[in-house]
Amino acid sequence: MQVGIGLPTTVPGVTGTGLLDWARAADAGPFSTLGVLDRLRYDSVEPFAALSAAAAVTTRIGLATMIAIGPLRSPALLAKQAAAIDALAPGRLTLGLAVGARRDDYAAAGADHRTRGRALSTQLAYLRGEIAEFPVPRFGGPGVGLLVGGSSGAALARMARYGDGYAHGGGPPRAFASAAAKARAAWQDLGRPGSPWLWGQGYIALTDADRGRDYLRDYYAFTGPFAERIAAGALTTAREVRDFIRGYADAGCDELILFPSTADPAEAERLAEVVA
Amino acid sequence: MRTVVIGGGPAGLYLAILLRKAGHAVTVLERNAPDATFGWGVVFSAGTLGALRDADVPTHQAITDSFARWSAVDIRFGGRLVRAGGNDFTAIARTRLLAILQERARDLGADLRFGVEVDTLPDADLVVAADGANSRFRDARRFGAAVRPEGGKYVWFGTDLPLDAFTFSFRETEHGLFQAHAYPFDEHRGTWIVECAEPVWRRAGLDGVTEAESIAFCERVFAEDLAGHALLSNRSRWLDFPRVSCKRWYDGNLVLIGDAAHTAHFSIGSGTKLAMEDAVALAAALERNGDLTAALAEYEGERQPVVERFQKAAGDSAAYFLRTARYTGYRPIQFAVNLLTRSGRVSHANLAARDPDLVRVADAAFAGAAPGAVVPPPVFTPLDLGAVRLPNRIVADASPGSAVDAVRAGAGLVAVAAAVSPEGRVCPETPVLDSPEPWTKLADAVHAAGGLLAVRLTHAGARGATRSPEWGADIPLPPDQAWPLVAASALPYGPFSAVPTELTDLDGLTARFVAAAGHAGDADVLELDLADGHLLAGFLSPLTNRRPETRAFPLAVLDAVRAAWAGPLIVRLCVDDLAPGGLTADDGVAVARQARERGADVVHVRAGHTVAESRPDYGPGHLTALSDRVRAEAGVRTLVGGYLTTADEANTVLAAGRADLCALSPRPTPLEELG
Repeated sequence: MQVGIGLPTTVPGVTGTGLLDWARAADAGPFSTLGVLDRLRYDSVEPFAALSAAAAVTTRIGLATMIAIGPLRSPALLAKQAAAIDALAPGRLTLGLAVGARRDDYAAAGADHRTRGRALSTQLAYLRGEIAEFPVPRFGGPGVGLLVGGSSGAALARMARYGDGYAHGGGPPRAFASAAAKARAAWQDLGRPGSPWLWGQGYIALTDADRGRDYLRDYYAFTGPFAERIAAGALTTAREVRDFIRGYADAGCDELILFPSTADPAEAERLAEVVA
Repeated sequence: MRTVVIGGGPAGLYLAILLRKAGHAVTVLERNAPDATFGWGVVFSAGTLGALRDADVPTHQAITDSFARWSAVDIRFGGRLVRAGGNDFTAIARTRLLAILQERARDLGADLRFGVEVDTLPDADLVVAADGANSRFRDARRFGAAVRPEGGKYVWFGTDLPLDAFTFSFRETEHGLFQAHAYPFDEHRGTWIVECAEPVWRRAGLDGVTEAESIAFCERVFAEDLAGHALLSNRSRWLDFPRVSCKRWYDGNLVLIGDAAHTAHFSIGSGTKLAMEDAVALAAALERNGDLTAALAEYEGERQPVVERFQKAAGDSAAYFLRTARYTGYRPIQFAVNLLTRSGRVSHANLAARDPDLVRVADAAFAGAAPGAVVPPPVFTPLDLGAVRLPNRIVADASPGSAVDAVRAGAGLVAVAAAVSPEGRVCPETPVLDSPEPWTKLADAVHAAGGLLAVRLTHAGARGATRSPEWGADIPLPPDQAWPLVAASALPYGPFSAVPTELTDLDGLTARFVAAAGHAGDADVLELDLADGHLLAGFLSPLTNRRPETRAFPLAVLDAVRAAWAGPLIVRLCVDDLAPGGLTADDGVAVARQARERGADVVHVRAGHTVAESRPDYGPGHLTALSDRVRAEAGVRTLVGGYLTTADEANTVLAAGRADLCALSPRPTPLEELG
């Protein structure tokens, strides 16, 4: 299993220079991938713009959306955005897509929330089927890696139909293991050979647990009391991080992205020490 | 911290004990008298007892001193008794449990008040609603609470019959099947729960009876089991089991525990266990966290996933006991294995570890050997399909190039898909059945490796002309490489899929299938593809066929292929579209029955894929329940896959009679990579 780190694009107080420094540090550190989240109605940096900036100041690290809310963008625009990252950082992009959990983002984007599942299928079929009428990289297989997230049966079928693998939404290793079994079952059901690439994610708050949890409560306030659980699940010590990494590796995770809950550069340094 | 607990059942009292030990002020308000109780005995597992010992030694001591213990499960069915040993059960009279908890709570200085009705939320730092499944303080909107009936009608009796096993008894009556769930809770008495399906209950006239009439009726039904002993009543009424679930378990300073937060069907006997574990988790979370909200969040976060798993298992168990009438044709030993493995948490290997003799008897019966003979486990039991003997129960999907490897990996039968015409290919790599030579050669190679060959006659229909599966599923070929598609109706399969032409030459297609059957060479078995949204499956479903008069066309193809092929015939069948407006499992069972009547030897149970946007429920063994149903209700042998990955899973499916053949998935990590 490889371990990646999140770019703090949704964390309060983050600056442009802070993001660039973070990306450089990640590129110099023991991380496989730099991941970004996606949210429209929140104080955050747009994921493809953030990855473009990161691409410009890094040389080797993988760049991934974990996930981007596909249906907020048209298929062609999404392909164009992803193509831009691939042009700036050839061979380094992994495109994770899902419908997301936020109705308000759909309203803000003028996208239909009711048909989001079908819209994502169309988008994936567009990318994978090479439908674009302008040059874009290959999506899937040897090209830009394509991950699909979501926990419903329909989402898993979509993953197995169009994706290279599964982007899990977060939780304890046990939850990941259960989702991984479902993803493999879907993969087999759709007749795909081999098994899906499995990506997981978690939150760390290694420098200031209280501040990190406050951010998570705010970021997930739309889930109601569940936000408290997400905040409680943040990894606040080196030992918790190590146990989490071991749990994910045992559950068959291929790539685990740990997202920071503060923009403090010391957060990345602490994680680098644990992961190294 | 001042805590008020509403409800003096096991959860409330145990929490009071633990909070007092942590030094909090606790008041328990209970509406009934201290010695009033409902129900009879309470079952515990060894795991729960460990948690109770860690939480409070004196209560653990007092509870275990009062225990009834036993290790057997008796299944009384079809005039036979099957006893499964090697289990570890304990139970206690509910009145005794409450007395122990009350005494301990009082000794620790908890303020216990009985006969108190609570109308408004008390003022305290923490208020705990431990007032049971009908909690008055579980406001539906505040907690996202839902209550729905689960399982059949049931009534909760005691009995003075001394029991030495957890006893399930099944009795046929002129109204239908009645079943008892019974277990001892002290030397003299036991719990005796009677359950039946709602229509049976209604036919038996039990909706209007008095308690005495209800007892007399049940004593008659279970007379042979009770052997002259009585059923005891304690305001025992026929009920629907209420399944309670809550999205949130706390709001402000009000928190739910035990049945107030969740219930689990009585057939897995976990209600009290879960309730007392809630108390342990809540007390521990309060101990660890200075902040009340953080403590309640941690409690909910820890317990909710555990409870959800139990509720899922309990729901499956309740559903099992609703459909037991389906299995009354089984031999008692297979009926017993089916019952013992109903939850999916106990496998063939688990049973063998608990009671080797039982599994030996079951396996010998499965193999048709002498009772108790030593035989290989079910996956290695041959299956006769007419004159063809499959060497084992493992079936593998393979391409012509991988068929021999699949046999070497253990499959007795390898199935290779082949299109009946070039237009019927899924992708350019799909082989076409246009001459017998390659298939005779392939059959020779498979036979030489020790396996048998099945050829699946397929036509991809609207799902044709796609890229190879390495590239994804249903990804259309570029237009210059694609071929024209046909389907039952002119409906494209997925986004950017080509629109197929409505197939009008049905006779021509039938002839293609028949001709292909003739080209199957020395294949041992034919499989006819009526699944996965392919051409013939598309005729069966209203979602993909707009010409109702052609809905039965696939059965005509079955007739024609059956007439042309003398060997064993498997029908690969979509028995549930898993999509709104599509075929349901009821429809699927009916088609499976027709397939059997028209000469199918085996139905290969598949589901979904009729349309691209369906709603599957993936997980290990996700098709097993459908196979069980098709096999029992359509009376046909079944083959099932659905992500079965181990021989033990297959043994369990086979021994319990849920299928006759299993398609094993390759394990996610090949052994050579582990080495």
